[in-house]
Amino acid sequence: MSRETIFNAVLALGLLLFPLWAYVADEPFMITLATRVAILALAGVGLNIALGLGGLVSLGHAAFFGIGGYAMGILAHHAQSYTPLMEVPFLIEGTKSMPVIWLVALAASALAALVIGALSLRTSGVYFIMITLAFGQMLFYFAISWPAYGGEDGLSIYVRNSFPGLNTLDPIQFFLIAYVILAAALMFAAMLAKSPFGLALNAARQTAERVETIGITPYRLRLTAFVISGAITGLAGALFADLNRFVSPSMFSWQTSGEIMIFIILGGVARLFGPVAGAALFIALEHVLGGLSEFWHIYLGLLLLAVVLYARGGIIGTLAGREVAHD
Amino acid sequence: MSFLLLIEQILNGLQFGVMLFLTAAGLTLVFGVMGLINLAHGSLFMIGAFAAAATAAATGSFVLGLAASLAAAAAAGALVEMLVIRRLYNRDHLDQVLATFALILIFSEGTRWLFGSFPLYLNIPLALSGPVTLPGGIEYPLYRLTIIAVGLLIALGLFLLISRTRLGVQIRAGESDREMIAALGIDINRLYTVVFALGAGLAGLAGALVGAIQSVQVGMGEPVLILAFVVIVIGGIGSIKGALIGSVLVGLTDTLGGVLLPETFKLFMDPASATAVGSALASMLIYILMAVVLIVRPTGLYGARA
Repeated sequence: MSRETIFNAVLALGLLLFPLWAYVADEPFMITLATRVAILALAGVGLNIALGLGGLVSLGHAAFFGIGGYAMGILAHHAQSYTPLMEVPFLIEGTKSMPVIWLVALAASALAALVIGALSLRTSGVYFIMITLAFGQMLFYFAISWPAYGGEDGLSIYVRNSFPGLNTLDPIQFFLIAYVILAAALMFAAMLAKSPFGLALNAARQTAERVETIGITPYRLRLTAFVISGAITGLAGALFADLNRFVSPSMFSWQTSGEIMIFIILGGVARLFGPVAGAALFIALEHVLGGLSEFWHIYLGLLLLAVVLYARGGIIGTLAGREVAHD
Repeated sequence: MSFLLLIEQILNGLQFGVMLFLTAAGLTLVFGVMGLINLAHGSLFMIGAFAAAATAAATGSFVLGLAASLAAAAAAGALVEMLVIRRLYNRDHLDQVLATFALILIFSEGTRWLFGSFPLYLNIPLALSGPVTLPGGIEYPLYRLTIIAVGLLIALGLFLLISRTRLGVQIRAGESDREMIAALGIDINRLYTVVFALGAGLAGLAGALVGAIQSVQVGMGEPVLILAFVVIVIGGIGSIKGALIGSVLVGLTDTLGGVLLPETFKLFMDPASATAVGSALASMLIYILMAVVLIVRPTGLYGARA
């Protein structure tokens, strides 16, 4: 077993044991922190498929996070106000059922990723970074100026949505939902990386010309990766909105995109558990430093700068060596 | 909608575009010469605004405030270039994005720590306040008109600097082949610092000029940064001419779209929903413009062909 595998196992177990300890010790806030870690890590797992595997530096993944959030917000809003979502051409009602909301969030963010990706992937490098950022901003301003769903103020949901057989209002049960989804997404990402698709995508990241020579179109590979990536981040958005029982345009903000990217960098780019390690460290820092100083972002900035300049490969890269370091 | 109002909005769009140009010029220069994507450019815009507001409040002089904005932003730019940015030139774009994102966090929180969370105000100097009457009977604020003139003058100066001076020759040479100009005996490190400080100074000046119209607050730089990105994506990265044309296009589209779209929708919708749909669409208009430009020319209007 490599050191990275051991580290991953410790991380996975730790993220499960910490809230269980908090449950026994009756510390519901700690369970919520762990739930945040699991959900934000899920968003990072999504971005890591585009960023780590595909080499697509998207600074606009908040778009999908926000779409997932609003999918939950809009459906639950209509369900709690007993108004249909639309009546023409056919009737669509709101819903409070999590699985349905997840499917809608996945589909909506995948569709958005298809459109944004199809346009953005015509470019590469810096252009790609700036364009994805701009598309994220476009949705941000749209969410602010569209009054039907709260506009700038966002939407509140009174009761958390339901999952058959579980009481989602109980923090530990909601945590377990998020944890299982995160685990499923990690397994999916691991399988994807080893699949022919993942290998071709990885090859296209390294030398696009060679992939083209053997008859594979890098554009299609990248677009597929971008859609999968956006869909997973969208699912995380729906869960995040459910955790807070609130959606607002800030989910679309470019700081959100930056933070999702920070999780990956702190943890280690292209590492399977990179986003989990990064999100855990980020939330821990936010909790500890945020309690010490109002200006904790300064320390976060300094730490991030130090990681980028001196500890390339993030936490996992530093602890487990640079076997699969990005180039 | 009267003709006079339309002219006024066009002038507003032009003023907005000219200010965007001052920010975008530095960004596109830095990318063209050093190949660096700098997210912290918006922070330099903010530093300029804060330096101007603090200096103007202390001395009562707007001109001193402007000088302070240039000096503070250029100095901050030079310092950051020597401490951090220099290490990033040979890194991939992901590292550059993250390191400059980290710089934003440090600059924003540092400014909040120094000046507090409340916005500062920078007053328009008395000599420039109030409206002027333009030919055709249009009343327009003198200050905004001055900004357009100042911005266009700076744009002209920048063109002359790049096309006619020794520094300009070095910048252009650095854009096309950096190894070669280092081999010709030009101190490339110093050139990079100068270019970065120049871009920073321009962004700082823009921050000060805009700061007198809006309020001066933490976070004011990022919306401008993103618009500047849109501008240089439209204009073509590395091209000053593209930045100017992109800026004016974005400025006009944003300003005119915000006024004209709701009016247009009112022709066939009830006023309330026309305003809602119109303003929502108007807020997305420049991004739609960007998408259209990219479909037609993936490297921007004046960008080098990939």
